[in-house]
Amino acid sequence: MSNVPTELRYTKTHEWVARNDDGTLTVGITEHAQELLGDMVFVEIPEEGTTFAAGDDCAVVESVKAASDIYSPVVGEVTEGNEALADAPETINNDPYGDGWIFKIKPEDEAEIDELMDSDAYAELIAAEEH
Amino acid sequence: MGKQTALYDMHVSLNAKMVDFGGWDMPINYGSQIEEHHQIRNDAGMFDVSHMTVVDVEGDDVKSFLQKLLANDVARLKDKGKALYSCMLKEDAGVIDDLIVYYMDDGWYRVVVNASTREKDLAWINQQAAAFNVTVTERDGMAMIAVQGPNARAKANKALGDKAEGLDELGVFFAVMRDEMMIARTGYTGEDGYEIILPNEDASSFWAALLEAEVKPCGLGARDTLRLEAGMNLYGTDMDESTSPLEAALGWTIAWEPEDRDFIGRTVLAKQKKDGVKNKLVGLVLEEKGVLRNHQKVFVDGLESGEVTSGSFSPTLGKAIAFARVPATTGNSCKVEIRGKQVSAAVVKPPFVRNGKACI
Repeated sequence: MSNVPTELRYTKTHEWVARNDDGTLTVGITEHAQELLGDMVFVEIPEEGTTFAAGDDCAVVESVKAASDIYSPVVGEVTEGNEALADAPETINNDPYGDGWIFKIKPEDEAEIDELMDSDAYAELIAAEEH
Repeated sequence: MGKQTALYDMHVSLNAKMVDFGGWDMPINYGSQIEEHHQIRNDAGMFDVSHMTVVDVEGDDVKSFLQKLLANDVARLKDKGKALYSCMLKEDAGVIDDLIVYYMDDGWYRVVVNASTREKDLAWINQQAAAFNVTVTERDGMAMIAVQGPNARAKANKALGDKAEGLDELGVFFAVMRDEMMIARTGYTGEDGYEIILPNEDASSFWAALLEAEVKPCGLGARDTLRLEAGMNLYGTDMDESTSPLEAALGWTIAWEPEDRDFIGRTVLAKQKKDGVKNKLVGLVLEEKGVLRNHQKVFVDGLESGEVTSGSFSPTLGKAIAFARVPATTGNSCKVEIRGKQVSAAVVKPPFVRNGKACI
């Protein structure tokens, strides 16, 4: 069973979302997702200032196996992409919840975050997928 | 649940990620595909390739039968144990399969064909064999382990113990028998090493001995990136029954001499050679960031002209590489469509990597 930190929120498409003190959200992919995808070899991060609707594809991670879209968890504007991933995409495998974060986004409506899954619901989702 | 090789329990105990591979449950990796790739380029690793099909062809007519069946000529095999890579063609020169044939003895050749093509290959071989005095026996009680890498032979020799005696003299593309075990200096990675065929009941203990000799288990994911870097085609993706070997960069495997050898597909192939074929299989190196993938569209001079047949990220080169089928007139560059964007790629002649070194 993969690690599912309790302090984070989750999407059905395997992104994790962390709240930051400045009101932005940090988004990455879960440990479960990186395990499924395998070794990362390329990451396309969204440009700062781009706005997305919830569910829009806004980044791409490519592993040796396949390309996978990353979806915006909320409506909002990107404030930062993780530039360090360009030269070290494997950081997503090694530290998915830490240095392997993908982008930060300023949500239009903070209440949207409460609609995302908590860790229990996400753990149930991946348990169901594994069976 | 798919078919399992004799090493299935070994893979599970080594925490392999198992996937369906042409009806077989096979290890795709044991953790990191890229680490396994580097393990083989730099040291020694092993693959379970027991899903491949071993066929023994025996009898008085075996040589003339194989000279009819295969586009390459087994008459080139002068020394016992010598191996040859060949295509097996339909009358219309489409590739039924690619294979390695070993000359074991005057009345015995061993043929190793792909797993995914097992049924149709056996049906075809048996159908063609009817006119010859030969017997065709599938050796489904055999396992196959490929040990590959610059240190593969030294480490495998330790695991082989007494059976390693004399193996220092084993030439490239030669095989020897040690009791029921066949040790061949062949592979699908572009590195030195062995492919070892042995009875199922001996497979687990030999695999354990290889682990003991510090040969690391590697999954079929790494095998695919290794063979792509090495410029080796994969049946079903780079060529199939709709492709002639001349359109699959396999012209070198066709033995045109002697002219009176009437192998299956020769007439159509000779016409194709004379008239020229429309397409060729080339190597691509992506010049920008991104990853080449199977079936991406290739544009030459602004026109959609072909597609990527095998694409991946090359761990050795740190760039995306591919094989692509493009018009025969294609020069040294093209564009590949990656998620709606056209990205520049250089057209090169594979291999990309051999014996641990970049070739392009």
